[in-house]
Amino acid sequence: MTDTNKIVQLKDIDVTFDVDGKKIEAVKDISLDVNKGDVFGIIGYSGAGKSTLVRVINLLQRPTAGSVVVNGQDMLKLSSKELRQARKNIGMIFQHFNLMNSLTVYGNIDFPLRDSKLSKKERKEKVEHLLDLVGLTDRANNYPSQLSGGQKQRVGIARALANDPEILISDEATSALDPKTTTEILDLLGKLNEELGITVVIITHEMDAIKQVCNRVAVMENGQLIEEGSLLTIFGHPKEKLTKDFVDTSTQIKSALEEIESSGIVHDLSGRLIELQFTGDVTNEPIVVGLYKKFNVSASILFSNMERLQGTTVGIMLLALSGDDDKVAEAVKYLNDLKINVREINLSGSESAK
Amino acid sequence: MSNFINTVFPNVVANWSGDNGFVVAIWQTLYMTFVSAVFAGVIGIILGILLVITAEDGITPNKVFYQILDKLVNLFRSIPFIILLAVIGPFTKLIVGQTIGPEGALVPLVVGTAPFFARQVQLALVEVDHGVVEAAEAMGLSPIKIIFRVYLKEGLPELIRSGTLTTISLIGLTAMAGAVGGGGLGNMAISVGYQRFENDVTIVSMLLILVLVFVIQGIGDFAVRKLEH
Repeated sequence: MTDTNKIVQLKDIDVTFDVDGKKIEAVKDISLDVNKGDVFGIIGYSGAGKSTLVRVINLLQRPTAGSVVVNGQDMLKLSSKELRQARKNIGMIFQHFNLMNSLTVYGNIDFPLRDSKLSKKERKEKVEHLLDLVGLTDRANNYPSQLSGGQKQRVGIARALANDPEILISDEATSALDPKTTTEILDLLGKLNEELGITVVIITHEMDAIKQVCNRVAVMENGQLIEEGSLLTIFGHPKEKLTKDFVDTSTQIKSALEEIESSGIVHDLSGRLIELQFTGDVTNEPIVVGLYKKFNVSASILFSNMERLQGTTVGIMLLALSGDDDKVAEAVKYLNDLKINVREINLSGSESAK
Repeated sequence: MSNFINTVFPNVVANWSGDNGFVVAIWQTLYMTFVSAVFAGVIGIILGILLVITAEDGITPNKVFYQILDKLVNLFRSIPFIILLAVIGPFTKLIVGQTIGPEGALVPLVVGTAPFFARQVQLALVEVDHGVVEAAEAMGLSPIKIIFRVYLKEGLPELIRSGTLTTISLIGLTAMAGAVGGGGLGNMAISVGYQRFENDVTIVSMLLILVLVFVIQGIGDFAVRKLEH
């Protein structure tokens, strides 16, 4: 219970809603630990129960069953006063920003500080520091209606940080933003994690957002946690179908395959189509040349995508191999030995693992 | 100028000052409107807030309390004002000691207006973005602070709009209350102007009420413009 490294411990969480006499299970038996300093991503389609699950952390949503321990405190045992105090340690930002329209940017950031014990001067310094941190010093006297979406979210972040929380929950915070602004906001969250050591929990339906900042990922579907692991494991070796879907969408291999199929290139190829997935050092090997030299198998690259995740290179490649059947089989074995995930693709849409 | 007024509004001039004159009537109308607006305003805001926070998606849901309050508000809103005046006579006497005159009109005016305003307040406050309320909860604000710092603050322009509307409809009610013994410009228009066939008195009473309405509407609009961003 008091593992100091585990800042959030959710155990056997159920959340059931009663809607018009029907029981709806929004979250089913989820156990989850977030370590101090993590940027923990929870990904799933809308309706998967992500928002409900993160709301359990600060008890905006009380679970029907299960236990919630945050920073060693059993949240469900707190009085309402203690709970309010505990919530100050958990900042939260939202998809629709949820700023006070009647207050300026300055007023919004100052809002959570009204009951703090800081002196007027300290409060002012703190707000100014936060404005500077999110890069909105020149916007202090504007009202939210005068800001762009990205700026509003920056105000939201500054407000969430006002009470120096140890945990920051991001509830689809970038879903209403354009791609460039999304990247900026995610970079800011990453920076806060690195510089302030704040633990971040992000929920999103975009693998790209996860890829950019998270070190650990959980995948949710229909209220259940179907897969969990480090970013590299999830991205490099997804197990569940939904996880693969998210990864494929992110690497754009799906659309590449569709393109290959519809363009008809593949009919000109006598050989086999294989997908390679690799992480880390192996990317330094001259694979394509190796295949030709060692097995006399020629490989044409139809698609390739590389990214750096957490400082490790992760790649995915589609190759059309042609050569003698046994040689191709040997080549595939060779690739497997290099710790490359090989998957043979039959273009009727079915795929078989090798 | 004074000759013109004497010719066109002879009875207005005759009825201007004195115990039953226009000056007293204007004062009575203002008195009835503003005193009952203050009481109905406070009661209406309290009831409206209770309706919002005890509703199913409110910050302190309470189904039973909400249902009872909701029905009561509807009930009192449904009673025609002129009947309410008569029905709550004994209650009025208990509170202000009389059932006639401007004081006697106050109680029915408040009872008639507060539920109407409560509903307006409820409508204004449910318009406050639920996400902002949730953000305040996530920051660890207590329900009472959420009421004052979020609901009343964010809902203020809408509250002023409803307040303006309610005050104007309240002026209409004071005219009615006036006709049955409350005094004021309504009484002037009916018992002097209409019943004695002194039409100029009726018209001037109406014009004065219109001026009052426009002034209140103007102040309300100005305040809303100042507050909205």
